[in-house]
This record gives sequence, C-alpha cells and structure tokens, in this order.
Amino acid sequence: MASKLTRSQHHDLYYYLRLNRRVDEQLTNLYRQGKVVGGVYSSLGQEAISVGTAYALGPDDFLGGMIRNVGAMLVRGFPPRDVFMQYMARRDGPTGGRDANTHFGDIKRGVLSPISMLGELVPLLAGVGLAAKIRKEKRVGLTYVGDGATSTTPFHEGLNFAAVLKLPLIVIAENNGWAYSTPVEHQMANTNIVDRAQAYGIAGVAVDGNNVLEVYEATRQARQRAYKGEGPTLIEARTMRMKGHAEHDDARYVPKEVIEKWRARDPIATYETFLTAKKLMTAEEKSAIEARLDKVIREDVEFAEASPLPAPEEAARPVWA
Amino acid sequence: MPVLTHLEAIRQGIWEEMERDPSVFLIGEDIGVYGGAFKVTQGMLEKFGADRVIDTPISESAIVGAAVGAALMGMRPVVEMQFMDFIACGFDQIVNMAAKIHYRWGPAVPIVIRGPSGAGVHGGPYHSQSNEMWFVHTPGLKVVVPATAYDAKGLIKASIRDNNPVIFYEHKFLYRRIKDEIPADDYVVPIGKARVARSGTDISVITYGAMVWTALEAAEELEKEGVSLEVIDLRSLLPYDEEAVLESVRKCSKVILLHEDTRIGGFAGELAAVIAEKAFEDLDGPIVRVTSPDTPVPFSPPLEEYFLPNAKKVAEAARRLAAY
Repeated sequence: MASKLTRSQHHDLYYYLRLNRRVDEQLTNLYRQGKVVGGVYSSLGQEAISVGTAYALGPDDFLGGMIRNVGAMLVRGFPPRDVFMQYMARRDGPTGGRDANTHFGDIKRGVLSPISMLGELVPLLAGVGLAAKIRKEKRVGLTYVGDGATSTTPFHEGLNFAAVLKLPLIVIAENNGWAYSTPVEHQMANTNIVDRAQAYGIAGVAVDGNNVLEVYEATRQARQRAYKGEGPTLIEARTMRMKGHAEHDDARYVPKEVIEKWRARDPIATYETFLTAKKLMTAEEKSAIEARLDKVIREDVEFAEASPLPAPEEAARPVWA
Repeated sequence: MPVLTHLEAIRQGIWEEMERDPSVFLIGEDIGVYGGAFKVTQGMLEKFGADRVIDTPISESAIVGAAVGAALMGMRPVVEMQFMDFIACGFDQIVNMAAKIHYRWGPAVPIVIRGPSGAGVHGGPYHSQSNEMWFVHTPGLKVVVPATAYDAKGLIKASIRDNNPVIFYEHKFLYRRIKDEIPADDYVVPIGKARVARSGTDISVITYGAMVWTALEAAEELEKEGVSLEVIDLRSLLPYDEEAVLESVRKCSKVILLHEDTRIGGFAGELAAVIAEKAFEDLDGPIVRVTSPDTPVPFSPPLEEYFLPNAKKVAEAARRLAAY
C-alpha cells in the first residue's frame, strides 16, 4: 500500500532536495575558487534518489553512500559544513582531513563511510543486517551502487550472501547511464539491472530515479519486507548523470540531446510542480524554505572556510583502536 | 593439566570466548554442520546455534565485508578462511576497508580472520602459502602467528578481545603434531610480545610459526657441536617485539632470520634493516636469512622439501655463521 505523506513530510523532502542541490552548487563554487582539494563529484539530477531513500529509513537503520550520495548524508543529519570541510581537507571536518569528500560516517547517525572501491559497501550493509538478525533487532541496512559497480565482485557476493541468509538489506542501483566515460551498455549486456533480482531470488523494483515519491515509496516497502524477515530488495533507480564524472570532466562523450532530455525531467523542478499543483506548498512556504537554505549555506560555508588545515603531525595518529 | 593439540587449543580458545561474550560469532565456509575443513569449529554449531555459527556461500569478499559491517554494529566476528590462500579473494575488504576505517573515520573494527596456512603437507600452490606479509605491510591490521599450542589458545583469545582487525595464521602442519599442557584458567597471551623459545649464547635465530620448531631442532643438532643457538619466537609480526629481537642480537652478536615465507619482501628483510639500524655495532658476522626461495609452493613431495627451510638448512647456515 502506498503511504500518504503529510504536508510537512513533503516540505522535508523538498528541503533536503534543495539542500542537496545547494550544497552541490556551493561545492562547484568552492572548486572554482580553488578551495577544494581534489575533485568535486556532483549529484546534480540524482538528488531524488539520495533523499527519497534516506528519508524512508528510521533512526535505527543504517546506510552507506557513494560519492554522489551527499543528499542521503544530509538527511541523516550531517550539516553541510561537514561536506564542505571534507572537500576542503579541513581540520574540523568529520575525518579531520584524513579522507576526502563523502568518505565519512558516524555510527550514531547510522552512516557508514564508503571507500573508493565500488560495491564494497554491499557486504558491509549486509553485515549490519546480519548483526540485527543475530541480536533480533529491527534494523535495515541500505546502500547504493552505480551501474558500474554492478560489475564488481562485492556487489554480486554481497547480494547473493544477503539473499541466502535473508538479511534485511536494500541495495539501490543508481543507473545514471555512465561510469566515468563508460556507457551502461559497455558495462553489462542486459541493461535492466533490476532483472538481477530474479537471479538472486530476491525482490526487485525499478523506479523513476527522478521521482522522489516513487523512490521513497519503493524504499519504504523494501524496508517493510526486510523488517518482516523477507530478505533483501534490489531497487533500480533510473536516472542520468548530468555532469561529468567529476568537475574536471566535461563529459563530451555524452550526447547533448540526452542531457537536454533529462534536464527537462529535473527531479526538483518536477517535484516542485507537483507540490504546487496539489497545493501542498505555497509560494510563501517555498520562500521560507529557501530563506532557511540561504542561512544554513551561508553559515556553513563561513564555518568551513574558517576551519584551518589539520596540523601536519596529525598524520601520525594511531592506526589501532 | 590436560594435554591439547595446537588445533584443540585454538578450538578451546574460541569456545571460551563464545561462552564469555555473546557478541562473538563465527562465520565462514563449512564451519557449522561440517565443523570446518580441519574441524577447528567442530561442535560449535550444536553448542552455540546457527545464529552464532554461520555457514555461508563461497564468497570471501562478502564474508569479510559482512564481518566488518557486523563489527561496526558492536559484534566480534571470527571469520574462518578455509585455507589462508583464499584470503586473497577477500583482500580489498581487509586492506582497503577493515584496515583503514579507524584511522579514516574513527570506529573500531574488532574482527579476527583466522585459518590454516603454511606448507609441509603437499597441499600445492593454493593450499600451502605463507602470505602473512601481504597484511604486515598494511597499517591498521594486526598479524599473529603462534607456534605452540599454549600460545595458540592464549593468542586467539587475545585476538578476539582486540579492538582491531587481526589476521591469525594457524599452521596446518602444527594442528595435530604439536601438543601442550593447557592450564584451566582463563589466560591470554598478549599480542606483540615475543618469547624466548630456547636460551643460547652464540647465534640468535629469530623466527615464528612452524619454523620455531625447525629452529629448535637445529639448535639440538648444533649443541652437539658446541654451538649454542638462541631461538626467539616472535608470536606476532604486526606489531612485533623489536626490543626482544635487539636484546637477543646484542646478546649473541650473530643472527639468523628464519621464515617459511619466500625471500624477497619477507619479514626477515624488515628485521635485517632494523638490526642494521639499531644493533650494527653489536654484530660479529653478516645477518643471515634462511627462507623459502621466490617461487610458488610446489606440490610434489621432493619439490616441496627442496622449497621449504628445514633444520638441516638452518644448521648449515649456523655453522657458516659460527665460523666468523
């Protein structure tokens, strides 16, 4: 059964979508000002997936994102300043400059840090589910892979493992068409990622990744199945990577008309149209949200820029707990 | 005191930790119903149940990754590799995930990955490797290599209680050949503390794992010739007991570094560097290595025998060194 979101839940979703977009835009600015160390990996056009999935989870659930899942981390309660400081390699960022970008986590917020090797969080979130199963706790683990990561060992092993052990796991396959410069048809012969669910003997759902409500609802139902002990779900969220792999990459290998087609389906603009048409958000409410965003972005950029680089000797901090 | 084999001592250590701490659980291939390829986990499924003794698909990457995930949730998983050779299939989860989590973003990752390693049983290239150096070269891990049954029990218990990822090498040649009297009390052997396996005065033989027994055999031989070997059992390689190594070198002034692992990039190279840096003036002869050659572990018995260090090779090296 589809759930009915309250007006304020719609406003939450809209807020986080916009926050995700604003953080993304701010990161691009900081990059152009030469303040970012390394690259910026944009989530432009994919915000509905991060936000819709994370919003469907409860406080006891866990997620682990990829490089473009900033939105999911914002929903879990990380302030934008943490993202800015990560990208600028600052002392007060969540990793104190020891790792970059979205490579951070917090057990208290139910967020596990990704690593650069793709698909490796699938077994980890399966392990979160395994611990929940052993201790008979209600908890689901959710993680993301791109179309590219579906070619990796941990994606296959992790999903099969979770399927066999019937673990409470949700894997979101963000099919954005491109893994760096490699199109999806060079990544797999069958480009319907969701078909693999059948092969693993688990539930599979394909959703419009640019529709936050569809993403939210599919995740909510997957979570219910997991809580009932019905095992993992694979959700294929179809979308488009609207920029290059990172800011340095102009993505000239992507046909212009494809970008244009998807730009017309921007997940935030379409949701805003929906909210307006259904009278779920007034112009005043929208301005109030935007004012909130202005404030948090301004304050957090200031905070992040004021944070120094880490003291060099911090490099030698203990590797053992 | 009851006499237990190396293997039984490990089993008892795991068993006691399972009884002591409900967050400890076992996960691996064929460890439940079958009790493990070498029967280390025999009887555990019956005693602790399928929730805590988990048979899995053949998926080392998923097994290690799930163990890491569970550890982040406060569990203490003990992973069995059916053979330590197969640990390569879970490599990324160990070296890029488990080893770096604490340094990168804070949480502890208390997991143990244990299993049979080493040659001498004609297992061929994929059931005989001593691949401990893959992990010694990865900051964030601990690497433990017991030689005696007493240590095997005390070190597996210490490893399970440790808050870090520990790679625990059990030598399959020792499993049923080595026995010890095992005290009934709940003892642990601390990780990072070496043991003087035999006290001597002329040449220090620094080694670990099954080669401790090889060194002791050579020491018996050399004693008849009036050469006194001291044998240092490192017990763990990461961290390792640098003080014990230097102390023995300073005492004997001559040193043989012995391991079953191959030569280039073996632990002997690291020890040689540290000895040269810190005990150069104490040396009365060259630092000598006795190791396997740089090849895969061959299968056929005469090939494997040629490949492996043995007491004869150690004794020959000791005689040459004694002449300095």
